[in-house]
Amino acid sequence: MTARAMWKGIIRFGAVRVPVKLYSAIEDQDVHFRLLHRQDRTPVRQVMVNPETDRVVAFADTRRGYLTRTGDVVMLDEDDREALQPQAGRDIEVLDFLPPSAIDHRWYARPYYLGPDDANDDYFALITALEESDRVGLARWVMRKREYVGALRLHQGYPMLVALRHAEEVVPLDTLEPPDGPRLDRKELSMARQLISMLEAPFEPQSYHDEQRARILDLIETKRRGGRVKIVPMRRTQASTNVSEALQASLEQERRHA
Amino acid sequence: MPEEKADQACPDPRPFWSGSIAFGLINLPVSLYAAYRRHRVALRMVDEDGTLLRRRYYCPHDEQELTAAEIIRGYAVAEETFVMVEDEELDAVAPEQAREIDLRRFVPAADIDPMYFERAYFLTPGEGAVKAYRLLAQSMQYEQRAGIATVVMRGTAHLIAIIAEHGILRAETLRFHDELRSPEDIGLPALEQGERARVQAFRKSIRSRSRKTLPRRLLADRYDAAMRERIDYKLRHDEDVIHAPTESAEAEDARDDDEIDLMQVLRDSLQQKETATGQGRSGGDGHEKSRAASGRKHDGDGKRNQASLERLTKSELYRRARKLDVSGRSSMTKAELAKAISGTTDKRH
Repeated sequence: MTARAMWKGIIRFGAVRVPVKLYSAIEDQDVHFRLLHRQDRTPVRQVMVNPETDRVVAFADTRRGYLTRTGDVVMLDEDDREALQPQAGRDIEVLDFLPPSAIDHRWYARPYYLGPDDANDDYFALITALEESDRVGLARWVMRKREYVGALRLHQGYPMLVALRHAEEVVPLDTLEPPDGPRLDRKELSMARQLISMLEAPFEPQSYHDEQRARILDLIETKRRGGRVKIVPMRRTQASTNVSEALQASLEQERRHA
Repeated sequence: MPEEKADQACPDPRPFWSGSIAFGLINLPVSLYAAYRRHRVALRMVDEDGTLLRRRYYCPHDEQELTAAEIIRGYAVAEETFVMVEDEELDAVAPEQAREIDLRRFVPAADIDPMYFERAYFLTPGEGAVKAYRLLAQSMQYEQRAGIATVVMRGTAHLIAIIAEHGILRAETLRFHDELRSPEDIGLPALEQGERARVQAFRKSIRSRSRKTLPRRLLADRYDAAMRERIDYKLRHDEDVIHAPTESAEAEDARDDDEIDLMQVLRDSLQQKETATGQGRSGGDGHEKSRAASGRKHDGDGKRNQASLERLTKSELYRRARKLDVSGRSSMTKAELAKAISGTTDKRH
């Protein structure tokens, strides 16, 4: 099976130019629902309404505005918004190269595979060069009227662009104060660390499955055949009151299992 | 149930999810808050006169406007044939143990490929859980490990990694393996070594552009900045501005929609003190301290009547409610906040 490319671009830095095709690395597996009118099981219609007159405004006639604190509305028509859009182009400009650990997990938003466009020589040279230098590129490109900044990195030996979030979005950790309290007990800390070591494992993403998807499809099948489902509300759990004892017991339990 | 998509100006200050972490036999109640700020200028849908539009739902049969209670999710089993599913049922199909975060595996934090990462949430300790929270955060940080678990939150299963950094726990939702395509799925060509001379030239270029840390400024949202500039320009030149009649309903609306800074709610939840129901020695002290602190702050505030409070923005009211330790403040409307604050001040004088 060959996937369809969603966009074509050219990776550039210095004299380097590598033409590539972008492919989404994500495959939607969600169970999708429609919104229905409960009474007659018909999909609902969404409309925009002027709440003062109850008049329905067709989507094509809606406009966009910014509401100020004082209740004024600044109108921004389509021309205004288009003028602000980034210039379309084919360049995927690599601005910097960083050690892989320089980008915290919270920045990563969406991965795209890169495949070769036309010649393969530069594509393979780029892969080998990225591999040997152990660096991640920080690239900027404009795709479908949006500007992206992404990480250029390898996954299973193949290049990817992982779109990153905007700086304004990611909360710097040093602006938050961690929960505070009296100094933690050294014995308890060491027991907690011991428990973590006992539960050490490699990351094996293949071993986790979305069982809920199957449960939801089962639920739908049951209901289709006229069955009912019992609803068990989640009971609220209490925090453990004696951490020391709980840790001790956990360690003993793990030792027995080992 | 239908979620507002058109106007996202007012994010929900309640946690995304509340539940508990099982670490060995320790039970640690937590709440999850989005680790992101909503930063983009919110453009509203308006009509040609600048009136804010509202989204409404209609039944196409009788053109009747529908309330949230009259709307239900449906799954299409055949054309035009739907099975209706209640939100509670989606949660209920998961066994109870699937609805808590059971930390059974700790993996090297650096081993998780970034393509798995979806969204991040900060964890805040639930009642009486501050000590267990700190203990888990510190130990995980020492060990450089991330805890992996699957959990059903709001009816959907998530694979999550619990990561400790800066003394704060966060949950990163990961994509399930089968939600990601492999290079073979895409049909990428078999890998080959790059030609040597070319590789050397590329590496030289990479070296000359290397730096150590992520430059945040390169990740600035330039579209959003341009949008703000354009809006400011129009306001300064009074161009395309539709003025609100003084004290109109709209102006009221605008203030009521004024968002509570989610970060404020998050900071607040991270700093809650260990309570008497919590852990032994430290519990009582922390509680005493927080009472004393709020008492002191509040004396300076003096008496206020509700009418003058209502002139304040929602986030200012929230800030005050927090100082006064008003319970349930994060889910209150602006009016409720004002009422609660004036109630507290009256009582204490």
